[in-house]
Amino acid sequence: MSYTEIEGIEGEEGNFTVRLLRKPRYVLEHRCTGCRNCVDHCPVEIPDVFNQKLSKEKAIHIYFSQAIPLICYIDPEYCLYLKEGKCGICADICRNSAIDFGQVPQREEVKVGAVVLSMGFDPYDPSVRPEWGYGRLANVISSMDFERITSSTGPYSGEILRPSDLKHPHKVAWIQCVGSRQVYEGSKSYCSAVCCTYTQKQVILMKIHNPEAECVVFHNDIRAFSKGFERFFERTESLPGVRFIRAYPQVVGEDPVSKNVILRYVTPEGKLVEEDFDLVVLSVGLLPPSGIDKVASELGIELNEYGFCKTNPFDFVEATKPGVFVSGSFIAPSDIPEAVYTASGAASKCGRLLGYRRNKLTVPKQYPPEREVVEEEPRVGVFVCHCGANIGKVVSVPSLVEEALKLPYVVHAEEDLFWCSTSGTKRIMEVVKEKGLNRVVVAACTPKTHEPTFMDSIRMGGINMYLVDMANIREHCTWVHPLEGEAAYEKAKELIKMSLARALLLEPLELYEIPIDKRALVVGGGISGMTCALDLAEQGHEVWLVEKERELGGMARRIYWTLEGEDVQGFLRDLIDRVYRHPLIHVLTEAKIIETSGYLGNFVTKVQSGGTVYEIKHGVTILATGAVEYRPTEYLYGKDPRVVTALEFEELLAKRDQKVLEAENVVMIQCVGSRSKERNYCSRICCGETMKNALKLKELNPNCNIYVLYRDMRTYGFKEDLYRKAADLGVVFIRFEPEQQPVVEQVQGAAERALRVRVRDHVLGEEVEIGVDLVVLAAGVVPAPDNQELSEQFKVPLDEDGFFKEAHVKLRPVDFGTEGIFLCGMAHYPKYIQEAIAQAHGASGRAMTILSKEKEVSSGIVCFVDEGRCMGCGACAEVCTYGAILMEETKRGKKPKVIPVLCKGCGLCNSECPTGAIQVKHFKDEQILAEIDVLMASDEELKDIIDKKIKQNKGAKAA
Amino acid sequence: MSGVSRLQYPTDLRIIRVMCAGRVDLKHIFYAFSKGVDGVLIVGCRLNECKFITEGNYHALNVALLSKRIMEHIGLDPRRLWIEFMSSADGVLFAETVKKMVKTVRELGPIGNGKVKERLDEVMRLIPYIKIATREKLRVKLTDPSKWEEHFTKEEIEDLFKNVPSYWIDPEECRACMACLRRCPVGAIDGGKKLIHVIRQEECIKCGTCAEVCRFGAVKKLVGQPVPPPPPEDMRTVKKAAEA
Repeated sequence: MSYTEIEGIEGEEGNFTVRLLRKPRYVLEHRCTGCRNCVDHCPVEIPDVFNQKLSKEKAIHIYFSQAIPLICYIDPEYCLYLKEGKCGICADICRNSAIDFGQVPQREEVKVGAVVLSMGFDPYDPSVRPEWGYGRLANVISSMDFERITSSTGPYSGEILRPSDLKHPHKVAWIQCVGSRQVYEGSKSYCSAVCCTYTQKQVILMKIHNPEAECVVFHNDIRAFSKGFERFFERTESLPGVRFIRAYPQVVGEDPVSKNVILRYVTPEGKLVEEDFDLVVLSVGLLPPSGIDKVASELGIELNEYGFCKTNPFDFVEATKPGVFVSGSFIAPSDIPEAVYTASGAASKCGRLLGYRRNKLTVPKQYPPEREVVEEEPRVGVFVCHCGANIGKVVSVPSLVEEALKLPYVVHAEEDLFWCSTSGTKRIMEVVKEKGLNRVVVAACTPKTHEPTFMDSIRMGGINMYLVDMANIREHCTWVHPLEGEAAYEKAKELIKMSLARALLLEPLELYEIPIDKRALVVGGGISGMTCALDLAEQGHEVWLVEKERELGGMARRIYWTLEGEDVQGFLRDLIDRVYRHPLIHVLTEAKIIETSGYLGNFVTKVQSGGTVYEIKHGVTILATGAVEYRPTEYLYGKDPRVVTALEFEELLAKRDQKVLEAENVVMIQCVGSRSKERNYCSRICCGETMKNALKLKELNPNCNIYVLYRDMRTYGFKEDLYRKAADLGVVFIRFEPEQQPVVEQVQGAAERALRVRVRDHVLGEEVEIGVDLVVLAAGVVPAPDNQELSEQFKVPLDEDGFFKEAHVKLRPVDFGTEGIFLCGMAHYPKYIQEAIAQAHGASGRAMTILSKEKEVSSGIVCFVDEGRCMGCGACAEVCTYGAILMEETKRGKKPKVIPVLCKGCGLCNSECPTGAIQVKHFKDEQILAEIDVLMASDEELKDIIDKKIKQNKGAKAA
Repeated sequence: MSGVSRLQYPTDLRIIRVMCAGRVDLKHIFYAFSKGVDGVLIVGCRLNECKFITEGNYHALNVALLSKRIMEHIGLDPRRLWIEFMSSADGVLFAETVKKMVKTVRELGPIGNGKVKERLDEVMRLIPYIKIATREKLRVKLTDPSKWEEHFTKEEIEDLFKNVPSYWIDPEECRACMACLRRCPVGAIDGGKKLIHVIRQEECIKCGTCAEVCRFGAVKKLVGQPVPPPPPEDMRTVKKAAEA
């Protein structure tokens, strides 16, 4: 339901009524095929909003080229017909009568059990503050503008040009924190969390487009706190011609001739500089979605002080109204992985609430029984599409039909305006039945959009759905050769010929099924593992929760408060209690994984606990094994009792230890064991933890002087307020450079204040000496020592720092490449408790996509092995990172065995195989090579070549 | 995206769809050339953006680099083979690539049916051997473009072709145990119980499986020397049969 707004929501958890307003598109969704003929003919040009108004669009258009659904809508503000009753060209041009100017807003009500709010964010609009020059100076753009400019579907087709003269900029500046961190007047107080890194991405893109470009980033702390970000920052910073400057620049104006933008700033050394740039990019922050106040009141949810969704303090994916869940940046400004796992997490929450109703409303589609076609003489139908005017206006469709009828084995050929229309697909189904077709060629558009449609229609016609091939005579022909009618016609003919050859060699494929064991194994009994276990158990699945320590709780056992002041120990006790009380959760403590085998849906793991070895069968595995605190070797840790780690300090605070209550001077040193050569990553949570501890110390001992020695303060998101609060309370922040680490030393001879910290203060430009009572080291988070062993046992990879490596750092943050195994919590990367909980919900949500099914069904496009041709070299199994190929001992040596449900059909094994013994179905060598054969064959040879191929193919199968 | 954006490029291109660039086989490339196709373009996803976790695009890169060297070796201009990495949104890049490639290939002219055709057929026969010999290098993830050019060297390919082995069964040592005969993936070994086994050289794909499974060391790998003729058909009875 796109182009739809929520007008209100009534009812309660499990039983909501949602009132929706469907806005008029003036285009009938079921008729529009996305061909865009109307767009070509529409006379009204309007600013293209998707491209930040940097280019033009038409009054009727598709919002962006990869939109789903890929159909048009008319902007009533600009449409001449809707405004003045003139024009109406689109309605005349549309061959499918999809235009409907009479559409009015439709109100609709839907009944749902839960609501997920994924309302995103709005970018900060820098024009609200004229000093930026945005909208006034042509070459001051926002980072969103820059993003569109770098895109190949952007205003300049992917060329980086500046707006004033459409020339390539050579010197570009980025200004950070625009709209964030109260850096400038009118900004939000929080840190938008994503700008530092997206700016670095933009710098890299700039350098790729123009290696000579000079790029300057003006910033105020580089916040590279997520997985891989520190290295990404280093990579950006080390590019030639890239400078990162810690300064707040001011836009002075522009050069009247060159239109270059002049910036004024004070260097860290205190020098006032004016510098001009070809282009200035404002790295804008993230705002709550616009109009959210109204929506919130309609939904009956609360917002937080920043205007984002107010959530359960421990559980980000829960809004304040029961049954309403949240994901993505509506929780807080966040990056893609957080958006992905909170989305899965919200889905998991819905499952907990509504799982008992699963599959109650689904009605499976009924198909006729499949006709056996393998032994039949080929009978091919060729369906050539006009696609409105898209194909027909460049090449003659009737002639193509006529030519197709001359091709071998073609018994039927037909044209239609739109084969993908309801009437078209029905007609294909009927022809398959009537004429007894056993292969189908649809000469139309890309298989990407309509292959599933045609697969379905031939299946309805009673033959296997893999017996259709599409000749793309639109994207690959008429759209790209509109002015070369004759050559395009010849090409279309050849494409149909190639498609026919392929179709003739296509085989019916079966879908493989494996049953799913409904139980789960969760490794790690910390907050993440327990959250996951509860999610799954609440949805009716038996869970084995395996913990290596004697008690559940993990790292959280050492944490007393969250940054927001919530009681962690109370929360933890309650969580442990719920886990132990749940009848479907079996807890094994002091447990060790002995071995594990199997695959998706069918794992077997041996676990030793308390002298017993349990053999556990399970359908999914979740690794939530956590991480540990770095044990410092620096700053006299372990040598002087007054030097403690942040976690130890937290315990002292919790116990109201005299040392804390009486301390006069406390120094906190950041980045201990993180961001170093050995551990080149940021531990993400230490800056926030330090703020928490500093504020707690101020509360208990207001007169204590606190000094925080840091490199970059990384209090991202709403945590920025804690940083500000600490500074307001007089906590002194001293920045140091990694080359000039602070020194902690015992002063010989002095009786009192015998511990001293020396550090070079970059603002004062001189060394500072502080006599201290306590030194608190923000010791980083390091991977758990067992990770290596677990990684080998479960055959899942570790990243270069020793944390588990997910399938995709952005898009699949809780999945492993190996299916059926998931990841959450600190085993993935350091994170705050709430983030770990949200990620645990994400992992359980992903696991439920498997556990909720009775069986897993593979695609038909998987590999198979001809053992006779196999030399047993094992190359296929080695390259298959999905683990879909196992080498098994046979009478004739080791031979590969394919597990079809794990195979993704990429065909890499096929290319690696020296003898062609392993082939990926639907893309077998013969099927690919046949296309080349017929392409290069003359009309006379065609029949012979095709017959030879068919014979070979049959022969190969018989053997 | 070229299509959706109506970008124009020459009509000379025919596209064959595969699920992943990693599916593009050495065999496909040389088959196309041997059938008279004048240029081959491999298009894969942007490096590090493989939708599969197998990262087949890096494999395709290695296959292309290897193919170019082989082409050079057999006297076929390597500029007839192109590889580009792009996302589905890179319409401009695609159209530009096709334009440039067609221009280049047009300048090179038709591939013809001359001597190079013979050499191409030879390469086609050697593909199993080449795949085995270059396996390790085909799997390297070449993230640094400066290393692409020299990943396969001219000398290496010369050696590759110079050292094409032949497998030959020494009639004196063969015990007619049927092991190699049963295991040959292409069924290129004649013989039977008590009959000396003989490899039909013209069908042999040089995979070496026979040598690997022979318990008597009767299968010899010959490099740079002619294969002795097999014993006449009536003299193939083994002197010493293998114990069962």
